[in-house]
Amino acid sequence: MNKITSLEEVSSFLKDGMTIMAGGFMGVGTPQELISAILKADVKNITLIANDTAFVETGVGPLITNKRVKKVIASHIGTNPETGRQMIAGEVEVELVPQGTLAERVRAGGAGLGGVLTPTGVGTVAEEGKEKLMVDGREYLLEKPLRAEVALLKAYKADKAGNLVYHRSARNFNPLMALAADTVIVQVEQLVEIGEIDPDEVMTPGILIDKIIVNGGYVS
Amino acid sequence: MTPTIINPKQIIAARVARELKDGNVVNLGIGLPTMVPHFLPEGVNVILQSENGYIGLGPLEGEVDPDIVNAGGQPAGIVSGGAFFDSLFSFELIRGGHIDVTVLGGLEVDEEGNLANWMVPGKMVPGMGGAMDLVTGAKKVIIAMEHTAKNGSSKVLKKCRLPLTGKGVVDLIVTELAVFRVTEAGLLLEELQEGVDLETVQEKTEASFRINPKLQIS
Repeated sequence: MNKITSLEEVSSFLKDGMTIMAGGFMGVGTPQELISAILKADVKNITLIANDTAFVETGVGPLITNKRVKKVIASHIGTNPETGRQMIAGEVEVELVPQGTLAERVRAGGAGLGGVLTPTGVGTVAEEGKEKLMVDGREYLLEKPLRAEVALLKAYKADKAGNLVYHRSARNFNPLMALAADTVIVQVEQLVEIGEIDPDEVMTPGILIDKIIVNGGYVS
Repeated sequence: MTPTIINPKQIIAARVARELKDGNVVNLGIGLPTMVPHFLPEGVNVILQSENGYIGLGPLEGEVDPDIVNAGGQPAGIVSGGAFFDSLFSFELIRGGHIDVTVLGGLEVDEEGNLANWMVPGKMVPGMGGAMDLVTGAKKVIIAMEHTAKNGSSKVLKKCRLPLTGKGVVDLIVTELAVFRVTEAGLLLEELQEGVDLETVQEKTEASFRINPKLQIS
């Protein structure tokens, strides 16, 4: 199966109103070309799941700036003033989730779990509307799984089977999101032949990856 | 070299640095807490964790690697012996009690150890990021903040008014005027900063507090 694809083909996976997850922490580890593909495809009313909304012009930020997002689920929106402005104006719905809880909810979505119990947020506004459970005398919030129709990842290197290696702190949410979407598309800087990545070095196994976009070219 | 202490933020950072022990795994919030490592006493080395996915956070040395940033998204470095991991593992470390100390800024703290530092309704709603997980999971939570707000009002309150980051989570409050420990029975004044008298602290603190009998007040 050939997983290598073009940005044109990527746009065929994108539809109005869909839920999209994107890796990255303030733009680091965000697949910028795949974000541009969404903008070019004129897809809107997206529910976006990402750690943060990055900056006005980088990371997932341009999706907000260009008004493609109906709802965002994130832990932090403070570095992108446009998100705050649209939230106050009622143009975008924002669900703020503690970062560790966001990671666990994505994990639950990808791991076949019905949710997770976390003590984070007990006694704060983060507990509003959530079921509370006592376990051995400590109070926990039931946090439900998150899944998406499409996950957009960034990795440093892939082989043609889609085995991935991430680089430095650009890993962040990418490996979690690889498990939590119906279609998983990765943008990589380098593509190598199958067998050129040592199995011990693989950070996300290729069985989770549907499509690969290479922006740094093929490395022989 | 340890910088000279000239302003309130440096007084706070220098005092927090003395709370850290050699080998501690520490997570520092953005802003004032990032000044703490500059004031570590000789022989005290700590391991910094960065919530975006690594241990061994260090100053930027040499060329910028765009894939290495700190929790504020700024270019950073990693020290020899550090390790990168994903966000899930990062917060397993944080929530799971594997971080010895977190140092965070504060907008308000109160007598019960409640902390508010993530939003001001109608004015500033940046999101909690990793702060709620940090105060829940770190073994020790130190709040490093100026004693009063810009308008002069106390930030050490009887009861927080802003939405909380965590309930009953604070262990120690360090300001440019004083150090308070949070106990079952409320706040305990542990220290006055150099040159500060008790009256000043009483005047600028809304919260009630007891005074540690060991504290020498001249």
